[in-house]
Amino acid sequence: MKKFSRFLSVILAAAMIVSMVGCGSTEEKGSADTFRLGGIGPVTGGAAIYGQAVKNATQLAVDEINAAGGVNGYKLELNFQDDEHDPEKALNAYNVIKDWGAKILLGCVTSTPSIAVSEKTKEDNMLQLTPSGTAADCTKYDNAFRVCFSDPNQGKESAKYIGENGLATKVAVIYDSSDVYSSGIFEAFAKEAENYSFEIVSAEAFTAESKTDFSVQLQKAKDAAADMVFLPIYYQESSLILTQAANMGYAPKWFSCDGMDGILGGVENFDTSLAEGVMLLSPFASNSTDELTQKFVANYKEKFGDIPNQFAADAYDGVYAIKAAIEKTGVTPDMSTSDICNKLKVALTEISIDGVTAKGLTWDANGEPSKAPMVLMIENGEYTIL
Amino acid sequence: MSFVQFLISGISLGSVYALIALGYTMVYGIAKMLNFAHGDVIMVGGFTTYTICSTMGLHPVIGVLMAVAVCTLLGVIIERIAYKPLRKASSPLAVLITAIGVSYLLQNLALLIFGADSKAFTSVISLEDVALAGGQLIITGETIVTIVCCIVIMIGLTLFINKTKAGQAMLAVSEDKGAAQLMGINVNATIALTFAIGSALAAIAGILLCSTYPSLTPYTGSMPGIKAFVAAVFGGIGSIPGALIGGILLGVIEILSKAYISSQLSDAIVFAVLIIVLLVKPTGLLGKNIQEKV
Amino acid sequence: MKKLLNDKTFKNNMITYGSIIIAYAVIQLLMALGLVSSLFQGLLVPLCVYAILAVSLNLVVGILGELSLGHAGFMCVGAFSGAFFSKCLAATSMPTALRFTIAILIGAAVAGLFGFLIGIPVLRLKGDYLAIVTLAFGEIIKNIINCLYIGFDESGFHFSMENTLALNLSDTGTVVIKGAQGITGTPTDSNFTVGVILLMLTLFIVLNLINSRDGRAIMAIRDNTIAAESIGINITKYKLMAFTISAALAGVAGVLYGHNLSSLTATPKNFGYNMSIMILVFVVLGGIGHIRGSIIAAIILTLLPEMLRGLQDYRMLIYAVVLIVMMLFNWAPACIAWREKLAAKYKLKFPTKKSAVKEAE
Repeated sequence: MKKFSRFLSVILAAAMIVSMVGCGSTEEKGSADTFRLGGIGPVTGGAAIYGQAVKNATQLAVDEINAAGGVNGYKLELNFQDDEHDPEKALNAYNVIKDWGAKILLGCVTSTPSIAVSEKTKEDNMLQLTPSGTAADCTKYDNAFRVCFSDPNQGKESAKYIGENGLATKVAVIYDSSDVYSSGIFEAFAKEAENYSFEIVSAEAFTAESKTDFSVQLQKAKDAAADMVFLPIYYQESSLILTQAANMGYAPKWFSCDGMDGILGGVENFDTSLAEGVMLLSPFASNSTDELTQKFVANYKEKFGDIPNQFAADAYDGVYAIKAAIEKTGVTPDMSTSDICNKLKVALTEISIDGVTAKGLTWDANGEPSKAPMVLMIENGEYTIL
Repeated sequence: MSFVQFLISGISLGSVYALIALGYTMVYGIAKMLNFAHGDVIMVGGFTTYTICSTMGLHPVIGVLMAVAVCTLLGVIIERIAYKPLRKASSPLAVLITAIGVSYLLQNLALLIFGADSKAFTSVISLEDVALAGGQLIITGETIVTIVCCIVIMIGLTLFINKTKAGQAMLAVSEDKGAAQLMGINVNATIALTFAIGSALAAIAGILLCSTYPSLTPYTGSMPGIKAFVAAVFGGIGSIPGALIGGILLGVIEILSKAYISSQLSDAIVFAVLIIVLLVKPTGLLGKNIQEKV
Repeated sequence: MKKLLNDKTFKNNMITYGSIIIAYAVIQLLMALGLVSSLFQGLLVPLCVYAILAVSLNLVVGILGELSLGHAGFMCVGAFSGAFFSKCLAATSMPTALRFTIAILIGAAVAGLFGFLIGIPVLRLKGDYLAIVTLAFGEIIKNIINCLYIGFDESGFHFSMENTLALNLSDTGTVVIKGAQGITGTPTDSNFTVGVILLMLTLFIVLNLINSRDGRAIMAIRDNTIAAESIGINITKYKLMAFTISAALAGVAGVLYGHNLSSLTATPKNFGYNMSIMILVFVVLGGIGHIRGSIIAAIILTLLPEMLRGLQDYRMLIYAVVLIVMMLFNWAPACIAWREKLAAKYKLKFPTKKSAVKEAE
C-alpha cells in the first residue's frame, strides 16, 4: 500500500521532469514577423494589485500598437508571467519567457525580483525595462532601464519640495520598514531633510505583519505636533491611515509619493473626501486633460473596468518606449537577443517619447528616466497639478 | 493622557484578535485541530457583507445575516470535504496540511472573483464614538460593539457547552471520541456543529475586523488569523475565557511596544513576550495542565 | 558484505543515494545535449534547496516527533550570514570555491548556534505550544533582520537597528546589510552540482544519524518520552542534538538559496511562517519520517506551480486543489483502503502491514 503511493509519486515526479525538459526543446522560438515581449510581475499574492495593473496596461499598449499596424510592420506579442513578488519565482518566470522566445523584457514590477532578474538579463544580454522597479540597484547594469522614478530620487524630491515651498515646519513620517520601496524613500528623505529648515519630529514604522492599526504612529505624530505627515507608502495602507486619522480628529497636511496614486479610484468604495488636500509626487494623473492620457484612461477603463494607476501608466509608456527604440534602430525579430539589446540600449538613450507619465521622456545611460516630478493635490475628489 | 489612548487602541485591536481567537479556540478545543483556514473564512465573511451592503446596497443587517449563513455553510462544507476524511489518519498533521490547502484555495478563489484591489469596507456599526476627557480620548463605536460581542459570545459559548445537550456532546467528543460514540453521541454531527459555530463566529469576527480596520483584500484574513492563533495559544488554547484574555493582552502589548519601545520591532517584541509567557506557563495563561501518565 | 546487502535499511538508503546520482547524471547529460529548458535549469538549485530543507525538517518532525513551524527562520539566518561573508569578500581575490565553502560552513554554524540557543528553552514545551514558539522565533528572526543595518569602512564594522545614517560610516564605507533592502550584489555561486553535493551530504548526515545509536535514542524519545527517560536516555541532550543538526542543515539550504539570487531580502514570502509551513507540507505529504518521500514531495510541489503556468490566472487555485487532493489521496484511511483494493485487483505484490509500518520508520 505504502509502496503503491510511493510508486505513484515517483512516476508523478518523473513525468513532471520529463515534461519540463521536453518543453524547452520543442518550443517554437518565435516566428520571424513578431517581436516577442516578456513581462513579469506579481499577478497573485499580496502585491497582485500592482502586477495586474502592469499586465493590463502592457496588454493594452501591445494591442493598440498591433491594431495600428505594429512596429515597422512587425507585430508585438506579449507573454506575462507571475512572480508572486518573490525573486526566486521571478527567475522561474524569466526562464519561462526566455523559453517561449521573448527577446525583450518589460519587468519586473517590484524591486527585489527586478534586481534578481537583472543578474540574468545581464548574463543573457537581454534588454530589461522595468516599469516600476524603484530601488537604486534595479538599473545597476547597462542593459537595465526603468520608467518610474527611483526611490532615492523620490525621497530627495519630496524633501526638496516641502523645504523649498515652506509647506511645514514639523514633519512626521510613517513608513513600512519591511518594504524596499518605502524604506528606500524614507532613507533618502531623511538625508535630504537635513538641508532644509523643517524638522522630522517622528519617524514611525510598520511592517507587513502589522499594518492594520496605525493609531500609535498617528498618535505620536499628533503628540509631536507635526503639521505634516509624510507617507512614502502605497495607497491601500494610506487609505487606512487617512480613515484612522479622521476618526481621531487629526488633520495634518499629507504628503506622499507615487505609491499614493490610486487612492482615488483604486480603493473601491473609499470615501475620497478623506483624501482631500493630500499632496503627492507622481508622474501621472488619471484625470489629466492631456489628450494622450485621456485616451489611455478611457481605453483602460473600457477594457478592464477600473481607472489605471501609476503602475499601469509606467508600463504603458514602457511599451511605447520599446516601440520607439525599435523603430529608431530598425532591429528585426530574427536578430539575436543580444544584438537587439546592444542596439536598443543605445537607442533608448537617444529617443524622446511623449507618454502618459511625461512629455519628452528621455533616458540616460544609467537607465534613469528624466521626468520632471509633478506634485499633485487632491481637490474636490480630483487630482490637480500644483 | 496618551498612555490611556494607547491603552484604548490596544484594547480595540485586542478585542478583534479575541473575537477571532474565540472561533479558533472553539474548533481546537472540540475537534483538536488547528484550522489554518479560519482566517480565510473571516475574509469570506467580510466579502459577503461587502457585496450585499456596498455593491447591492442592502441593509447592513441583511449583510451580517447573510455573512453568517454563508460562512456557516462554508465551514460545514470544508469540514465535510477536506477534514472529515482525514479524521482517522495516522498523524494529526495531515489535516493541518489540508487546512493550509483550503486556506490557499479560499484566497485564490477570492482573488479571482473580487480582484486584487482593496475595498474600503463601510462599517456596519452605526454607534456613535464616545469622547472622554473633553475629546482627548476617543473610543470608537466599533470597539464598544466588538468588546460587547466578545463578552456575549464568550458567555453564550460557555453556557451552550455547559448547559445544552449538544454542548455536552461536544465536551464528550473532545474528551474521547470513541467513548462518546459508545454513549450514543453522533460524533460526525457534533464535529460538524462545532465547525458551523466556529465559522459563524468567524463571519462576525470578519465583519467587525473590517468595520474597525476598513480595508478588504483576499489576504485580509491571513495575518489577523495567525495573530489570533497566537492569542489563543497565549490564553491557553481550548480555553474560551483564555482566548478573550489572550487576544486583548496581545493587542495591548502590540500597541504599547509600538508606542514605547520600537515600531520597527513590535512584532519581535510581541512574539518574545509570548515565548516568555509560554516558558513560564507552558500551557498558556488559562490552559489546562494535563499531567502525563506512564 | 552479504549481510549489508540483506539489511533493509542499507538497501533503502542506497536506493535514495542512487536515484539522486542517476537523476543528476541524466540531467547533466540532457543539459550537455541542450535538451533542458531554461525554466528547468533555473529550477535545479531551488529543488536542491527545498529538498535539503524538507529532509532537515523531517529530522525534527518525523524522527524527533516535534512540530516546528520556524524552520524558515534558520534558513534565513544561514542565508544572511553566508551572504554577508561572501559580499564582504567579493572584492578580494579569494577563489570562489574556497569562499563559497567557507560561506556554507559559516551559514551552517550560525544557524546551528541559533538552533542550539533557541532549542534550550523551546524543547521544554510540547505539541502545539512548541509549534507556536518556533513560529514566534522564526518571525522574530525575520523582523530583526529587517531592521538590521551593517556596514564597514576602514575603522571596522558598524551596526545599527535604525537606518543607514545611524551607521556613521565614513565616505569610503559600504553598507552590506541594508535593513529591509537586504543584501544586494551577492555573488551567485550556487549551481546544480554544489546543490546535489550538499543534498547528498545532508542525506548522509541524516540517514546515518537515524541508523546510529543516537538516532535510536531520538526515536525512542519520540515513541515514548517517559519510557526513554526511565532507561537513562538524556532527553534534553538528544532533543537538542536533533534540533541543532536540523537547524544547521537549514542554514546550509539558506546559503545555497542566498547565493542563487543576487538580491536577498527577508520577506514574509521567503523567510516567514508561510515558508516554514510550506516545508512542513513537503514533509507531511512525503510521509512523516520518510526521508526519500520528503525529497519527492519537495520536487513535486516545487515543480507543480511552474507546470501550471499555462493556466494563467487559475494557476494558484488549481495548485491549492491539487494539494488538497494529494493530501486526501495519501492520508485518508478511506483512500488508502480503496487503493489497497485497487492494488489487489491488479495483483500487485505488497508488503504486509507490519513491514509497511517498519518501513515508515
